[in-house]
Amino acid sequence: MTETIAFPQGPIGRVSGRGLVLRGDDIDTDRIIPARFLKCVSFEALGEQAFADDRKELAGAHPFDQEVHQGASVLVVNDNFGCGSSREHAPQALMRWGIRAVVGVSYAEIFHGNCLALGIPCATATADQIRALQDAVEADPAAEWTLDLQALTFSDGTTSQDIALAAGALDMLRTGQWDATGQLVARDAELTRTMQALPYLHGF
Amino acid sequence: MSSGTLYDKVWDLHRVADLPGGATQLFIGLHLIHEVTSPQAFAALDDKGLPVRCPERTVATVDHIVPTISQERPFADPLAEEMLSTLERNCARHGITLNGLGSGRQGIVHVIAPELGLTQPGMTVACGDSHTSTHGAFGAIAFGIGTSQVRDVLASQSLAMNKLKVRRIWVENHLTDGVFAKDLILHVIRTLGVKAGVGYAYEFAGPAIEVLSMEERMTLCNMAIEGGARCGYVNPDQITFDYLKGRAEAPSAEIWERAVAWWSSLASNADASFDDEVCFDAAAIAPTVTWGITPGQGIGVDERVPISEQLDPADRPIAEEAYRYMDLAPGQPIAGVPVDVCFIGSCTNGRLSDLQAAAAVARGRHVADGIKAFVVPGSEQVARAAIKEGLDQIFRDAGFEWREPGCSMCLAMNPDRLEGSQISASSSNRNFKGRQGSASGRTLLMSPAMVAAAAIAGRVSDVRQLS
Repeated sequence: MTETIAFPQGPIGRVSGRGLVLRGDDIDTDRIIPARFLKCVSFEALGEQAFADDRKELAGAHPFDQEVHQGASVLVVNDNFGCGSSREHAPQALMRWGIRAVVGVSYAEIFHGNCLALGIPCATATADQIRALQDAVEADPAAEWTLDLQALTFSDGTTSQDIALAAGALDMLRTGQWDATGQLVARDAELTRTMQALPYLHGF
Repeated sequence: MSSGTLYDKVWDLHRVADLPGGATQLFIGLHLIHEVTSPQAFAALDDKGLPVRCPERTVATVDHIVPTISQERPFADPLAEEMLSTLERNCARHGITLNGLGSGRQGIVHVIAPELGLTQPGMTVACGDSHTSTHGAFGAIAFGIGTSQVRDVLASQSLAMNKLKVRRIWVENHLTDGVFAKDLILHVIRTLGVKAGVGYAYEFAGPAIEVLSMEERMTLCNMAIEGGARCGYVNPDQITFDYLKGRAEAPSAEIWERAVAWWSSLASNADASFDDEVCFDAAAIAPTVTWGITPGQGIGVDERVPISEQLDPADRPIAEEAYRYMDLAPGQPIAGVPVDVCFIGSCTNGRLSDLQAAAAVARGRHVADGIKAFVVPGSEQVARAAIKEGLDQIFRDAGFEWREPGCSMCLAMNPDRLEGSQISASSSNRNFKGRQGSASGRTLLMSPAMVAAAAIAGRVSDVRQLS
């Protein structure tokens, strides 16, 4: 972590920054943040622990340890990224390391929702497009990439790919309503009506 | 689009509002919390100055970090102690019931909610734990959530959700002797893959499912998430109702008939339509063991570790990684692979019938030399029932350690863990790299009976061949 940038806030129209490639399908949340680091009552210290065991195994060769990638903010991954445990500690660790957007082939459902709740877009593209993007990002780690949530592109000015986001997630990010609490609390009258109609809340 | 399924019916009943952007606000009937994924949610609630909307619909326990040898307070690990005392403070402050250590009701969250009768058909159930899919065994729509969503449920008793598609997994015939629900779900995941369920709820149905006990159905639904499906469920039937009747938090006798009538009405209609349907033959499934680093890398105990060329090209890179990590050779028979540690327990297989199945194998036999084998009941209730039957003594006589309830080595957030590159036979749910507490530790997933057989033989063995 060479620099500290603000955590996501409000409407998110674009995310710009250097890219970082992490290859491999089915990268689970135990790998993103091993369970021993979940022994905490705050998320604050997690950034340093992202991919702790993978980094140790690769002894400095892991992308998160390479000097050239320090300060990168867009992670480019493959298929089924974030599978396994529901731990929000995983996207929290990535965010605190510096990641502000992820581009990949697909994501596990809970991980995707957890990222959305933090204002981190998880964009998708086909496996072929992702391979091309990963090659391009690796070829020039210093290049500045932009994930544009209006144009739905991921581009460094030379290479550009169309990307997609789940419709609901896209709308929530663009409008800044990705932090759902306010919306949910606001509809308390409707909530009460739903509860009144549920047999198991009233002795059937 | 699915229609007339239990999923559709329960979804519609719990729908509060349509949110801008297309998500649905969904009422949560039962919210379960534990010490690992809730502290930051309570802190966020405080930051926003919000109260807990329905404290009576949230139930807490402690499971992930508890030691299984001595549960005396304060815990030896100060971080574990801090997590539990934080949960205790949060529950006391907000009027939330905590089923704590020694309460007689403590245990793994996905074991205690069903056994207390808290989990019921037709509910929406959420918990900051991916194995919340377990509760789908009752015909509930149950799914894991992250900590921001735990905050949302605390604040509003609801969540912003997108509706899933429904895939029916139809299972013909019956499982054969020595083959369990664990083998069935490992077989399903091996066949469909670990990401096939993304975007789907899995409905498990068919003759093989109809005869499964509730505990077996829980094992099945528990691992739906390992196939990518955030929730899995079984339609409620007489087996469900018989299980629930008389449990502490189940409907009382006066309202029982009305409850059963309502629950029955929620089962998927005979003419329900599904987004997708797949069929399996239960009779063709063998005891199944994982050889790799994802729950989808499973094979029958009579099979060999697959050769890369036999696999779909997309699956080859992770197979290559698995050969290296597991130190297993392509083409090597899985039976006979020596193990170091044998673990029976977890939210997948830590219930009474799991311990009974393992004890039936252990009875009159002894754990092989040099093998560490231990049994961790899923809850205080399971422990009591097992002790009443003398299962603890059967295990001790056979050389197993008998422990106190908790998540234990399944995720190793407590003192139970693998060391170095030890290889374990485990009745848990994940064989990810590093999952069981050592960055190079290796896990072979299998049924509790197969774990017991591995402990006795000191190597992976076909439980059907033990007479």
